[in-house]
Amino acid sequence: MADPRDEPSDGAPSQGAVATEAPPPVVPEQGAPPPPTGVLGLLVREQSIVVPIVAVVAALAIGAALIRAQGVNPTYAYQSLFSYSFGTADGLQATFEKMVPLILCGLAVVIPLRVGLFNIGAQGQLMSGAICAAAAAHSVREAPGFLVAVIAMVAGILGGAMWASIAGALKASRGVHEVISTIMLNSIAAGLIDYLVNGPLKDPTSAYPASYPAPDAAKLTPLGFIPIGLPIALVLAILVAWMLRRTTLGFQFETIGRNRHAASYAGIRLGGMIVLAMAVAGGLAGLAGSVEYLEIDPYRYQDGIAGSLGFDGITIALLARSSPLGTIPAAMLVGALRAGSSTLMFNTGIQPEIVDMLLAITLLLVSLPIIAKLIFRRHTAKSSALASSWGS
Amino acid sequence: MEWLQRNRISVGTTVVILVAAYVFYVVNDNVATSMFKGAWFFAVPLVLGALTGVVGERSGVVNIGIEGQMLVAAFTAFFTAAASGSLVVGVGVGMLAGIVMGAFLAFTTVKGLMDQIIAGVVINIVATGLTSFFYRPGQVLSANMPQWDIPVLSSIPLIGDVFFQTGPIALFALLAVPVVHLALFRTRWGLRTRSIGEYPSAADTAGINVIRMRLLNVTIGGIFAGAAGAFLSMEATAGFERGMTAGRGFLALAILIFGAWRPLRVFAAALFFGFTNALASQLQGVINIPQQFITLLPYLLTLVVLAVAAGRVRAPGAVGQPFVKGEGS
Repeated sequence: MADPRDEPSDGAPSQGAVATEAPPPVVPEQGAPPPPTGVLGLLVREQSIVVPIVAVVAALAIGAALIRAQGVNPTYAYQSLFSYSFGTADGLQATFEKMVPLILCGLAVVIPLRVGLFNIGAQGQLMSGAICAAAAAHSVREAPGFLVAVIAMVAGILGGAMWASIAGALKASRGVHEVISTIMLNSIAAGLIDYLVNGPLKDPTSAYPASYPAPDAAKLTPLGFIPIGLPIALVLAILVAWMLRRTTLGFQFETIGRNRHAASYAGIRLGGMIVLAMAVAGGLAGLAGSVEYLEIDPYRYQDGIAGSLGFDGITIALLARSSPLGTIPAAMLVGALRAGSSTLMFNTGIQPEIVDMLLAITLLLVSLPIIAKLIFRRHTAKSSALASSWGS
Repeated sequence: MEWLQRNRISVGTTVVILVAAYVFYVVNDNVATSMFKGAWFFAVPLVLGALTGVVGERSGVVNIGIEGQMLVAAFTAFFTAAASGSLVVGVGVGMLAGIVMGAFLAFTTVKGLMDQIIAGVVINIVATGLTSFFYRPGQVLSANMPQWDIPVLSSIPLIGDVFFQTGPIALFALLAVPVVHLALFRTRWGLRTRSIGEYPSAADTAGINVIRMRLLNVTIGGIFAGAAGAFLSMEATAGFERGMTAGRGFLALAILIFGAWRPLRVFAAALFFGFTNALASQLQGVINIPQQFITLLPYLLTLVVLAVAAGRVRAPGAVGQPFVKGEGS
């Protein structure tokens, strides 16, 4: 059901009734119910918002059962988690800091989804972005701080874009399925970077394998509790939404995603567009990597800098129903959970992996079409296959 | 004779490889044996994972979730075995876990019409979440998996050493390959399975219950991924770690494509992967390459192999498309 073709505005319950200025005598499909009105009608029209909310609530409920099974009061557990994430200045800053890469990684999954590609590689793209940023920042470390930061970000964008376009090029030229190629590229990036931070890029003064730190002047210090990356990520989310909805490029992306044969017939160069979509996505993930490098202590590339940000991007994109603006609330939720998990651990002894568990359940519930069917019965928006089969 | 004529390329390649392997064995039997043993060891979970893919995708259901199936199976197999003190129970529960995960994929995609790729990715993420949340360190198995010497066969030089002095799950993998091959190409079940993967509407017209058959195949196919998981946590090592499948499920997918959705070729492809891996490890002592490059070689090879193979092999016609009765395809 997480279908790129489900536009949020596409609230018509089925193909039977479409609202136009002069209602034509639409013959409803046999058995199709009339479009509901009132509250139910609103809920049906806003399916793309209702379903994720229901999924999140249900996941939290299942999580509550798990927490209780561990002998902890779930209300207390959730309270301590969210009151840290949203209720304290430190916690809010941590939540916002997590949100930045999460929004960007979410966008890195959303854009290819619109083209009918499933980018599982935000993780590797983020890592290559971060290492490129670290290498660039170190090589121009004598320059003024602002310049170093900008150069690092550009290098991160390029690094991520380059890494993602390998998958795009393999897809466009050889028909290699992007899910496999991006996963392989994740592992290859991890191996190469492991070599780099143990070899050429290793800071000899560091006790563990890590890159050189960012120059002090280039570090992005937060304004109050708002990290600098947050406005960047928010603006980019809005820009991507605008790009997909209002520009020729967005139109071309969308057309390919809906029907690549039609797109090809209309003169859109499929191969180029596939590579471009992947490159843009990779650039966003790469930017996330460079922001992590410039903004988060210890301001180095070291093992675990990427955490599971890239994979959380998948959850966020599906939770946002592949809407760019939807990534913002989705990232806020995931960020709050991640930020609060250590407090939860501290207060209750519940392992931070509960967050992975909660996110997995949410992802499961949000992507099961059954949920929408249970709530909306026959008014469920029609689903269709995203899967471009092997070798096409 | 006619059979030889038709399969001359496969038979020829097999003979050439066997001759080369035995020449190597005569030159240096120690290194040859250990390399081929290493190759098969590496290949076992890949063969098993790819067989899950063969059964599912031949029926028209893409399975990206093999990795997750293997991970959950590795987890349940190990912890059941540790808790119950019985290896047999552990392996059995591991296989059952593979089947349950297969059933999940089957019901969400075939019945629920969920996108097959997304369903697979969801399985992987859920598997990671489940296994890392419930993971408890410090468990041990009460006994090691037995090592069997198959009488007669294990005394064959090289082949006996590599394939017939093994643990039970590796032996299961070795047997499963010809069994699935024969089932797929020589039985009524196989013909029907291939037909619902190629052209479900035609199969439906011929009176085959496409939905039921897909549900059944994808579910049962999970047994191989389950065995692969049990192999990883009980036979290859005796312990479970978070994320221990480390991409083997995806390697299995690549092998599935490289092996053109045919069990015997899948077996050959997995051995080729295993051998490359063993070769790289051997070379490490000889020439000076960083250890990281060895570990990422399988992934790089997957990409190269897919780039070469993807254009040459043909996937089952209806793979990835949900079947809705009466909507055609």
